[in-house]
Amino acid sequence: MISARAFTTRFLGDPVAICAGTVALVLVLMAATAPLIAPQNPYDLMQLDIMDSEMPPSWMPGGDPRFLLGTDAQGRGVLSTIMYGTGISLLIGLGAVAVQGVIGVTLGLVAGYRGGWIDSFLMRLADIQLSLSTLMMAIIALAIFQTAFGAATYSQLAIPILIAVIGIAEWPKFARTVRASVLAEKKKEYVDAARVIGLPARLVMFRHILPNTLTPVLVISTIQVAEAIMIEASLSFLGLGMPVERPSLGSLIRSGFEFIFSGSWWITLYPALVLIALILALNLLGDWLRDTLNPKLRRGED
Amino acid sequence: MHILAFLIRRAVQALVVMFVISLIGFTIQSNLGDPLRELVGQSVSEAEREALRGEMGLKDPFAVQYARFLSKAVRGDLGTSYFFKRPALEVIADKFSATFELVIGATLIFVSLSVPAGIYCAINPQSWPARAIMSFSIIGISVPVFLTAIFLVWFFGVELGWLPAFGRGETLALPWGWETGFLTADGLAHLLLPSVTLSSIMLPLFIRLIRAEMMEAMGTEYVRFAQAKGLSPRRIRYVHAFRNTLLPVVTVGGLQIGTLIAYTILTETVFQWPGMGFLFLEAVNRVDTPLIIAYIIVVGLIFVIVNTIVDLIYTLINPMVKLPGARA
Repeated sequence: MISARAFTTRFLGDPVAICAGTVALVLVLMAATAPLIAPQNPYDLMQLDIMDSEMPPSWMPGGDPRFLLGTDAQGRGVLSTIMYGTGISLLIGLGAVAVQGVIGVTLGLVAGYRGGWIDSFLMRLADIQLSLSTLMMAIIALAIFQTAFGAATYSQLAIPILIAVIGIAEWPKFARTVRASVLAEKKKEYVDAARVIGLPARLVMFRHILPNTLTPVLVISTIQVAEAIMIEASLSFLGLGMPVERPSLGSLIRSGFEFIFSGSWWITLYPALVLIALILALNLLGDWLRDTLNPKLRRGED
Repeated sequence: MHILAFLIRRAVQALVVMFVISLIGFTIQSNLGDPLRELVGQSVSEAEREALRGEMGLKDPFAVQYARFLSKAVRGDLGTSYFFKRPALEVIADKFSATFELVIGATLIFVSLSVPAGIYCAINPQSWPARAIMSFSIIGISVPVFLTAIFLVWFFGVELGWLPAFGRGETLALPWGWETGFLTADGLAHLLLPSVTLSSIMLPLFIRLIRAEMMEAMGTEYVRFAQAKGLSPRRIRYVHAFRNTLLPVVTVGGLQIGTLIAYTILTETVFQWPGMGFLFLEAVNRVDTPLIIAYIIVVGLIFVIVNTIVDLIYTLINPMVKLPGARA
């Protein structure tokens, strides 16, 4: 671990980290304040006019100054839908990582601390689940949900379902990381001391060992948010994620894809650029955090 | 580890995975969609329906119904697709060649690019091309595969008009019923963009993996010994070091099969490639339950088979795994 001051100094000394941090901050702020700063509310049907549909960006011939980045087929301003859509993508990404974190950290602690058959069972399960690939499991789970509930009911439950599915599918990454740290911490004297004074296992695990395993958890969390956003976008692009009425960045790209051949490239291009910028910024931040906080963690093995 | 014990353990594991998948498949089948309505429509009276239900065994206990589902599945009967009105397995088998050739095309591309790039980055880690390749690889990881696909369709298909962006083009039917696009110029042209897309997701991963393994191998004792012996750097790199990076690369690569199958769904959707993934999404949109189940089971089977083969190769060629009776 390094001090907060050294951390800040290293952050300010690394141009890549500053850029990635700024991009992530701007996008998060933009999404959080979307209802205040967006020029239009894309969910409010009263504000939409079909006559405004498929307008190019405002600086091009045929553009309208009200819609800086043009409009989509329903007459929604692309800039406004991107602001709201980024919020939904971030919400699902953060929510899914929270679920992954809670399940993964708990199971990782238990596996590492208890050992024995619980450990081998959980790690075997983690192996199988990781090799099945998150995207594959999420696609199948959502296909089943959609078939079971019907598209209309599904679209209302889409956010909690996506958070749950991506959260449950990716817990092994947290569990493995935490388990590895627990195995190292378990041998230390403070753990023996806590045990000797008769603390129950639950307290030893959560109060004493857990705080010492949080650095790697923080490192992988950032990369996991990027991954969750990417998975959500892929699912929405396939039509298995967020519905077109409450679009995330992925569903915006899906609805824009149909119009790319009629020349309306802006409906696809701008959400795509924001999505790539968001994922890239989070990945770069994650890599930087890993190098700064824990040079031993390697990405290919998490 | 004894090879027989290993084989048994792998077989048990494969069976457990297939059991879980078949259970999922059966649960979907018994809870989603009423087979009776598909069969007789709305016009049949309730009493007749009840009688038919009994006749079809829909009132039997769960275990009995599951056993029946399983015995049919083992014989290759996974139900009849509602949409195609043909056995679901047959529909999927028809599309298998398209997906398989797409995966082969992508594998050829990413293997032929990632091996030289990975070796180069490991040998000259500080040079500017190596740095460029590594930066490119983090950008590559951050671009969702469907965006790569859309970009390629738009740029090469629409803007330049050089390459076809949709479908499989002209195919040849081989004597055993396999449709191939490898043997016609049109088929190969159609294959190019989807294969590049699919390989783009694996490429950064493999470059990083080969680079890391190669760097590790270059630091080992036996490489230093070979250097001390005065062997040429070429021989050390390619004969001594690279050969030992193959094992982890094959293992990790084989374990990516699940990811690869998932990305075929995305790639096939953008390019309207007539493969299994595209078929699966259409089945989801049409609520074609038997086809959905058949796809899940076929994909599960492919996954289990590939994983078992990869594990087997690993055990057979890894010099560290000693079989009893073999000389050290």
